[in-house]
Amino acid sequence: MWDYSDKVKEYFFNPKNAGVLEAANAVGEVGAISCGDALKLMMSIDPDTDTITAAKFQTFGCGSAIASSSALTELITGKTLEDALRITNQDIADFLGGLPPEKMHCSVMGYEALQAAIANYRGEEWADDHEEGALVCKCFGVDEGMIERAVRVNKLTTVEQVTNYTKAGGGCLTCFETIEEVLARVNATMVGESLIAAEEAYKAGSTDKYALKIKTRAKTAVPEPAVVSGQMDRTLPPAAVQSPRPEAPAGRQMTTLKRIRLIETAIDGMRSTLRADGGDCELIDVDGDHVYVKLSGACTGCQLASVTINGMRQKLVEATGLALRVLPVS
Amino acid sequence: MRPVYLDNNATTRVDPDVVQAMLPFFTDHFGNPSSIHAFGASVGAAVKTARRQLQALIGAEFDHEVVFTSGGTESDNAAILSALEVMPDRTEIVTSAVEHPAVLSLCADLEKRRGITVHRIPVDRHGRLDLEAYRAALSSRVAIVSIMWANNETGTIFPVAELAELAKEAGALFHTDAVQAVGKLPIDLRSTAIDMLSLSGHKLHAPKGIGALYVKRGVRFRSQIKGGHQERARRAGTENTPGIVGLGKAAELAMKFMDDENTRVKTLRDRLEKGLLQAIPNAFVTGDPRERLPNTANIAFEYIEGEGMLLLLNREGIACSSGSACTSGSLEPSHVLRAMDIPYTAAHGAIRFSFSRDNCEDDVDRVLEVMPGIVEKLRELSPFWAGVGEAPKTFNPVYA
Repeated sequence: MWDYSDKVKEYFFNPKNAGVLEAANAVGEVGAISCGDALKLMMSIDPDTDTITAAKFQTFGCGSAIASSSALTELITGKTLEDALRITNQDIADFLGGLPPEKMHCSVMGYEALQAAIANYRGEEWADDHEEGALVCKCFGVDEGMIERAVRVNKLTTVEQVTNYTKAGGGCLTCFETIEEVLARVNATMVGESLIAAEEAYKAGSTDKYALKIKTRAKTAVPEPAVVSGQMDRTLPPAAVQSPRPEAPAGRQMTTLKRIRLIETAIDGMRSTLRADGGDCELIDVDGDHVYVKLSGACTGCQLASVTINGMRQKLVEATGLALRVLPVS
Repeated sequence: MRPVYLDNNATTRVDPDVVQAMLPFFTDHFGNPSSIHAFGASVGAAVKTARRQLQALIGAEFDHEVVFTSGGTESDNAAILSALEVMPDRTEIVTSAVEHPAVLSLCADLEKRRGITVHRIPVDRHGRLDLEAYRAALSSRVAIVSIMWANNETGTIFPVAELAELAKEAGALFHTDAVQAVGKLPIDLRSTAIDMLSLSGHKLHAPKGIGALYVKRGVRFRSQIKGGHQERARRAGTENTPGIVGLGKAAELAMKFMDDENTRVKTLRDRLEKGLLQAIPNAFVTGDPRERLPNTANIAFEYIEGEGMLLLLNREGIACSSGSACTSGSLEPSHVLRAMDIPYTAAHGAIRFSFSRDNCEDDVDRVLEVMPGIVEKLRELSPFWAGVGEAPKTFNPVYA
């Protein structure tokens, strides 16, 4: 179960301002059923004073999505449009006593709905204003503009945080590189504006996409304490997924020569172990992913030769980062 | 108010008789079964008894075909990794799109890091395996087929005996993750071509942290955990003797309650399903209507999201689970329901009620009493809900 604050629970179990507002003259609809989140915000705005006199919502989504929507209506009622436009997703999360990091996107949805509703009232096309960038995450329909804004407002510095705030990259992860680019670019600008320190800025290539994928699939529900209080504490030690990639070279970009040299070095490294047992081995050929080796000395005819070959394969795979098969030849 | 526990596919309560059987093995009979002295010998005998109890439950021909492990995940990993090692000239795996992560994550990892080809056989809208695709995927390149006996989310049962015969023809090993089936369905392994089977203790009223892997006699097996000679060198490490004794006792009890599971428990499940579908519009049962576990009901309530239902049910003291995105920690709805092509409008609102012999009529009454109100409350909040018999509201959000 998620670690929801008491206020989130209160606003979920007894949501305020739920339902249809008949007299609405401003409506904002965001989210999509495919994402599991959708919010319809209805507001009644006094045209003389530009003040929000009433707000109601309808939400399809989890407990925190419903609580965030309800919190939003409480936050904006009685405010002028000008003041309402200053509300950020962080204000919604703060109002609720914080949200688990994986649920921050619920507060972003509230922010988006408010922007959309005010644009609707003013007769503007909010979508145009919003879709200034290309669609980045196709799984959850998140575009560049949304990621940029989330990064900026919340001072995000990791791909994981971007996923938690916007959902981008929470699905197939094919947009991973694009998220990295946007994050690195926006962070660089933020460093220029002294919003974040240079060492905090995201460096492209510093996240292991595969580790991230595992993480998004089987995420622990333990929120970082600093986030619950509503502020991303960037002094926290970076999570495992943010640690720089190990030195394993990327297989696909390697030239054949480099691959063979790498395999050769790895096998040379193993020979000392084999020699200690009175055996030896020799690299005969490399054909694609197949590595042909010749076992000699005590290894010849040893019943454990297949174990040795297997061990060699594991060591080779580890050392080179390539999916190799080791085949003995006589 | 007595809490209502309907999440038995997640885990079960340890049977008090199982606890009683285990207790002496923490204190009086604490010996190491490998020891030569009396302390060890009595424990060794108890492990043997447990092995025979489990052998009887799964209908294995020999008791030594049972290898005790730490649970379902370890057994799944051991079976698949062993098969790849004993058949190095075969580099493909056949599995289904709806397996438990214990199998699917491992396969994805092997695909990525070892260049293994993985065939994930799709299912139809009722969760039934595409047999054509299965046949087509089998070849002399396949080292192992790993297909679950019954699905944990929908309860759909796969025809594993038949699938094992086909795998055998292709010369591949056949493993089945039977974590949800053992104890709920009669199993007689000696009459099948199944080579390996994984089971887990805590799904059948034994404790967590104990499980077993069945390895048919004659099937070549390579241990993944190296160390001592325990479990005939197929699973090193000092035996979890209290756990093993508990699993043995649980197996014995499971045989005793097998009829109950397939009659009384099934009736409870059916009454819940029928009652919910009668009281709540726009709801349907997922999974194979015919071949399904007797204890599992997976019901999709359209236009609302699962987490809200779970939170409201939890407040009423009712525990069950959901295939919705929000509860699992991932952002996508259940891979099982998506593989069945259940629309998003329903997949997010799927709730699994899973029974066991611990449940009674009152439990069903309680759910039937509160569930209609919960669904109604959330539907009133939903921008998609337009009322009974109405098409969903046209709702074109900005990002749709």
